Amino acid sequence: MTRQATDTYRVNAGDRAPAALVLEDGAVYRGLSYGAQGTAFGEVVFCTGMTGYQETLTDPSYHKQIVVQTAPQIGNTGWNDEDDESSRIWVAGYVVREPARIPSNWRSRRPLQEELARQGVVGIAQVDTRTLTRHIREHGAMRAGVFSGDGLATTDEMVARVADSPSMAGADLAGEVTTSAPYVVPAEGEARFRVAAIDLGIKSNTPRMMSARGMEVHVLPATATMADVRAIEPDGVFLSNGPGDPATTAHATALTREVLDRKLPLFGICFGNQILGRALGLDTYKMRYGHRGMNIPVMDTATRRIAITAQNHGFALEGEPGARFTSPYGAATISHYCPNDDTVEGVRCHDVPAFAVQYHPEAAAGPHDAAILFDEFVALMEDAR
Amino acid sequence: MPKRTDLSHILVIGSGPIVIGQAAEFDYSGTQACRVLREEGFRVSLVNSNPATIMTDPEFADSTYLEPVTPEFLEQVIATERPDALLATLGGQTALNAAVELDRRGVLERYGVELIGADIEAIQRGEDRQKFKDIVRAVGGDVPRSAVCQTMDEVRECVAEIGLPVVIRPAYTMGGRGSGMAHTPEDLERMAAYGLSESPVCEVLVEESVLGWKEYELELMRDYRDNVVVVCSIENVDAMGVHTGDSVTVAPSMTLTDREYQQMRDVGIDVLREVGVDTGGCNIQFAFHPDTGRMVVIEMNPRVSRSSALASKATGFPIAKIAAKLAIGYSLDEITNDITGETPASFEPTLDYVVVKTPRFAFEKFPGADPELTTTMKSVGEAMAVGRSFVEALGKALRSMETRSLGFWTQPDPEGETVESALDALRTPHDGRLYTVERALRLGATVEQVCEASWIDPWFVDQILSLVELRAEITEAAVLDEALLRRAKRFGVSDRQIAALRPELAGEDGVRTLRHRLGVRPVFKTVDTCAAEFAARTPYHYSAYESDPAAETEVVAQRDRPKAIILGSGPNRIGQGIEFDYSCVHATLALREAGYETVMVNCNPETVSTDYDTSDRLYFEPLTFEDVLEVVHAEQESGTVGAVIVQLGGQTPLSLSRRLAAAGVPIVGTSPEAIHLAEDRGAFGDVLGAAGLPAPRYGTATSFEGAKLVAEEIGYPVLVRPSYVLGGRGMEIVYDTEHLASYITRATEVSPEHPVLVDRFLDDAIEIDVDALFDGEELYLGGVMEHIEEAGIHSGDSSCALPPITLGKADIERVRASTEAIARGVGVRGLLNVQYALAGDVLYVLEANPRASRTAPFVSKATGIPLAKAAALIMTGASIKELRARGVLRATGDGGTLPPDAPVAVKEAVLPFHRFRTPEGHGVDSLLSPEMKSTGEVMGVDAAFGMAFAKSQVAAYGPLPTSGTVFVSVANRDKRALIFPVKRLADLGFEILATSGTAEVLRRNGVPCAEVRKYSDDTGTTSGARGPGEPTIVDIILDGGVDMIINTPYGNSGPRIDGYEIRTAAVARNVPCITTVQGAAAAVHGIEASIRGDIGVRSLQQLHAAMAPAGDS
Ligand SMILES: Nc1ncnc2c1ncn2[C@@H]1O[C@H](COP(=O)(O)OP(=O)(O)O)[C@@H](O)[C@H]1O
Ligand SMILES: Nc1ncnc2c1ncn2[C@@H]1O[C@H](COP(=O)(O)OP(=O)(O)O)[C@@H](O)[C@H]1O
Ligand SMILES: [Mg+2]
Ligand SMILES: [Mg+2]
Repeated sequence: MTRQATDTYRVNAGDRAPAALVLEDGAVYRGLSYGAQGTAFGEVVFCTGMTGYQETLTDPSYHKQIVVQTAPQIGNTGWNDEDDESSRIWVAGYVVREPARIPSNWRSRRPLQEELARQGVVGIAQVDTRTLTRHIREHGAMRAGVFSGDGLATTDEMVARVADSPSMAGADLAGEVTTSAPYVVPAEGEARFRVAAIDLGIKSNTPRMMSARGMEVHVLPATATMADVRAIEPDGVFLSNGPGDPATTAHATALTREVLDRKLPLFGICFGNQILGRALGLDTYKMRYGHRGMNIPVMDTATRRIAITAQNHGFALEGEPGARFTSPYGAATISHYCPNDDTVEGVRCHDVPAFAVQYHPEAAAGPHDAAILFDEFVALMEDAR
Repeated sequence: MPKRTDLSHILVIGSGPIVIGQAAEFDYSGTQACRVLREEGFRVSLVNSNPATIMTDPEFADSTYLEPVTPEFLEQVIATERPDALLATLGGQTALNAAVELDRRGVLERYGVELIGADIEAIQRGEDRQKFKDIVRAVGGDVPRSAVCQTMDEVRECVAEIGLPVVIRPAYTMGGRGSGMAHTPEDLERMAAYGLSESPVCEVLVEESVLGWKEYELELMRDYRDNVVVVCSIENVDAMGVHTGDSVTVAPSMTLTDREYQQMRDVGIDVLREVGVDTGGCNIQFAFHPDTGRMVVIEMNPRVSRSSALASKATGFPIAKIAAKLAIGYSLDEITNDITGETPASFEPTLDYVVVKTPRFAFEKFPGADPELTTTMKSVGEAMAVGRSFVEALGKALRSMETRSLGFWTQPDPEGETVESALDALRTPHDGRLYTVERALRLGATVEQVCEASWIDPWFVDQILSLVELRAEITEAAVLDEALLRRAKRFGVSDRQIAALRPELAGEDGVRTLRHRLGVRPVFKTVDTCAAEFAARTPYHYSAYESDPAAETEVVAQRDRPKAIILGSGPNRIGQGIEFDYSCVHATLALREAGYETVMVNCNPETVSTDYDTSDRLYFEPLTFEDVLEVVHAEQESGTVGAVIVQLGGQTPLSLSRRLAAAGVPIVGTSPEAIHLAEDRGAFGDVLGAAGLPAPRYGTATSFEGAKLVAEEIGYPVLVRPSYVLGGRGMEIVYDTEHLASYITRATEVSPEHPVLVDRFLDDAIEIDVDALFDGEELYLGGVMEHIEEAGIHSGDSSCALPPITLGKADIERVRASTEAIARGVGVRGLLNVQYALAGDVLYVLEANPRASRTAPFVSKATGIPLAKAAALIMTGASIKELRARGVLRATGDGGTLPPDAPVAVKEAVLPFHRFRTPEGHGVDSLLSPEMKSTGEVMGVDAAFGMAFAKSQVAAYGPLPTSGTVFVSVANRDKRALIFPVKRLADLGFEILATSGTAEVLRRNGVPCAEVRKYSDDTGTTSGARGPGEPTIVDIILDGGVDMIINTPYGNSGPRIDGYEIRTAAVARNVPCITTVQGAAAAVHGIEASIRGDIGVRSLQQLHAAMAPAGDS
């Protein structure tokens, strides 16, 4: 352990190649290469969670994003074989302040930087993540690049290359993260319901939470048609979280409308919330720097109760907290909002069995306050029988 | 639901005197509560016997009662004030226990007082360790196996099942008092018996040991709508077995994955709900098995706790303030987060920095005390530090401690230490063990070896290894270039540490010069609860070093108002406690009124001064020269620094004054030169000489021979001490050469830089303590305090009375004249504290402290004059004349001319002897000496001395007996003096027990008494054990056969075995034990007053009103 510590230390100590994080507005942050070396482009966003970097890194919703961890020390618990939220690390680039020299946790299998390198994730460490976060807060999430090794160039060149990289607005990414073929997650115990889960970037813990409640979960690709859905004869349909701009998901929105037409119980999370909202005729917009953390309060306008939630979204639905509106599918309400900034956090239909939330009841990583929403989905499916 | 409208008058209970395990944090929480409740328009009444607190300042409540926090006095206050509600969850265990008792006695019901912020059943469910465990299991949590026992037999039974080692924990005690880890059957017998006696309900929990597991704490808050948030998670670097209060702790938790963290959060919240803490804060402790991850719940405190203060300062989330708001009806989402000003309090703070807390101990003051860290809390204070990484925060925390080692490498390594001896030392937790970890690693121990020996998590050990590796780089580098220097700073290494490794750099100053030349300076970040997600409005800053060139500093420019920087007093320790924080807070309030932007620098998380809304700006920084200089620089960059105040934070800032002034820092008030005049014995001697004031003869020496000569010349007994000390560190009365020799060997380790002082010791002298203001022209006597014990017992430990009880006008005028002469001679601008000894008819000057003293708050409260405020104004240019005119000070007269009918205030010290044990588990001697040992104080105030003294005793130690048995055994020289008081006790109906010599004298003077055997007459039995034949006095005391003890030390060359055994038995049994003639006389007064039963309660506001007009006569 000591030897390993010393090696990684030597690396930390500065013999490690210099690296730079460059923003499209020309801001430059310098540190040391972390994980793989090279070049990576994406939308730079900050995540304020203090735990769960493994879940964050493997969350498909972070596809094409360069994630800045505001937590001061990263990698302390290493990398284990249980906490992945999908088959791979999705973040485009990784930015941290202080990486651990050695991992320490009884479940740890290998150091984080090793896993980053193995999966070719270009990272940068010892950046002043706080100054960076304040910059993003003031100027908004924007395109950026992480450069190290041969990737490093003059500031102007690097800024130019960032300017050439694709932007998040208008990006249709569901197709890139969704499963290629359908698969089934069996119910724990006897299967009480069958659910068709549209994978727009689904996290492993979501089917897990459903199966724990007696749902047999049929995970379908983002391209699934109503025919595919009906083929399963589901008791309910689930719209997952996922990356990208909801304005681009004509297909999923159309599918959702068909589900609503048939009054099939529907539950959506995060991206799924935006899609349900659009299907109901609401607009979506890109937030300045989004919600990414595990400490975000959400007010349920019905109960006036607060849930502390895990969130990860850069787009949101238009709407007023508590507002009741008429949609093509009858009356609906903005059922949840975030008291920090009044962002819409959930919609609920009154005439069709459908509801969705912008945050992550499946948590992983994050608090479990909202887990009951899966029980509400169960209730919805029961009533529909 | 918004604020409750059915309540209008709320009674708040404070936590009483500062004791180990319950310190300044409850002044902080109580003060916040009072502030909030009054802002919300409630009438607030307050009870707290501790005069050193901010909360007991008359302006913080509508009526403030400096009365004992006991059910009896609380009932009187309730009867007088008739409040609608009682808020007891912000006054620690003391307030909570009092509330439970008031409820049990039906007082709350009788007067229709609603308990808010807590619910009796919930308190019991949380505090009763067995009920609590059942609840944890009920919600599916896990706990260590255990049994509750009321008798020794039950204890033995239970252990037969669980097996040793076990933890013994008394119910309803705080700070782990009376608890311990029993490894052997002998331990078990002793500890269980002690634990049973310590528990107010005579109940201990015997529990499976989870020694060595990882220890964590969660701070939670819940509102009446059942919204729950986790404010902070804290990880202990020291594993289970070392009390959290004694552990180095870190926030946020460092070595848990999200799964384990959420598991802890879920169980925590379920437990909180099940226990039914209806609103407010609560703290829950957990342990994780390092290899299996099995999680058990250890305990819960259903109230704002010591850790709540830490969590509040660590996150910027003001737990106490919010708890108070929740108690009056708000829900979390209805309260805004002060720091962002826009988001609600219904969220969980997230940190982008690391916080480290390190405990401050005082073992050196209790010779014989076992320094092993156990499940009983022993630390007397703590420092907190904030950094951008663990090592940076750790480095800052270690140098905040003001112990001899200011961080790693600043002291020579111990001779002949080996890997083995270092690892061995790590097997028993002790103060400063992280230093041992560093040395062990440097000597070549592996991380595994250190973990195995210390049970510290490898992650932390490896972090320290990184410092060992850095050290090698620093020492080996040809030159210190910018990169290396910057990295050293990022690792939290101080200039001083670097200087220690690179002698050629000409010390700390050399390193700083180089560092500044290379442009290596800290940036200042903000504690903002949200990791910069939202803009912060409160300037609560900490320094950090960044290597990223883009790093920005967050100090906002402000050029309209001049800044006044106030240097605080650092971690609480014996001799420098909350009293100094009191003065700093007053300065900030006064100077803000006077038009300054006030800036506080301090590193003590327990205090009011480190509350982000006490000053305009707060820097949570170590009070070292380097760190202070960088703060001053940052403030000068962002505006103009008009004044830097070093006079109110005690010795800590005072000792920086010369170097700061030399560095061009604008220090106001008494000049550094003047400070030196008062502190340097030689210089001060000249000042006294010039003024013709007598002082005890003295000499200085640097060797034993030198000291011997001086002593022989001025004659024994002498008082020896190292120079420049506070709280009488290492001070002893020496009666002969041999004792002197032994002292020198011990004391020269205390402070090598400074010589030893040898004073003539004045026997039978009355000690007088004076606090005064001087503006260069006029002297204002704040108060003249007459000590009850004779000189020779540290002013901090002796009780005293104000106005003085036996001094005449003439004496007071002499005191005034001398004090003025000293103030002039030294050149004081602001506060001055002088201690005199009146021996024969000569008024000797013992010492002068050109700063706020420990007694400043006591005097302010006794006389109704805010001395520290006045001092701050004088330091910034106001004259006493002006202050009289403005009504800050009395228009005419002063604390030396109080009206004859002025109430008498008595200060009594509170001592921590019961917390310490010798390695054999025996008590430590409770004899008072010139070395200060008390942790806190109380104030008793009433119309006459007797009643005031009685109150002070109740507040400090519980009531004096009004009947029963008194044991008397005194030194020959005291026998005459004691005849009268003891006779009085006999007349009052007490049975008198005495040892042969004393008994003889008493009988000869017609005082009936029974004779008992001395401990030393008892052959062949050990203390407490039932010996053959007649029991000794020690046995009788241990059996509870004595209600009060009067025992003055025989002779004086160290504690004689009898006195020692008697006093320790008294401590073990909590029997009032009086060790001075004067104390005995005072106690008799008090007892008479209690018997008359005419002791009432009066609020400070009433007392001051009564005094004010008279003062102008
Ligand atoms: N079962 C146990 N085994 C080992 N150590 C323990 C056990 N229970 C408590 N401790 C240690 O004792 C300390 C004090 O125990 P705690 O229950 O927190 O009492 P207190 O009320 O004094 O905080 C804890 O901080 C922990 O380090
Ligand atoms: N010459 C003396 N004769 C008798 N008692 C003394 C003498 N000098 C000091 N003391 C006692 O020792 C205590 C501590 O001494 P002091 O000079 O006040 O040190 P400190 O700086 O710790 O307050 C005093 O409060 C007094 O009771
Ligand atoms: Mg505890
Ligand atoms: Mg003194």
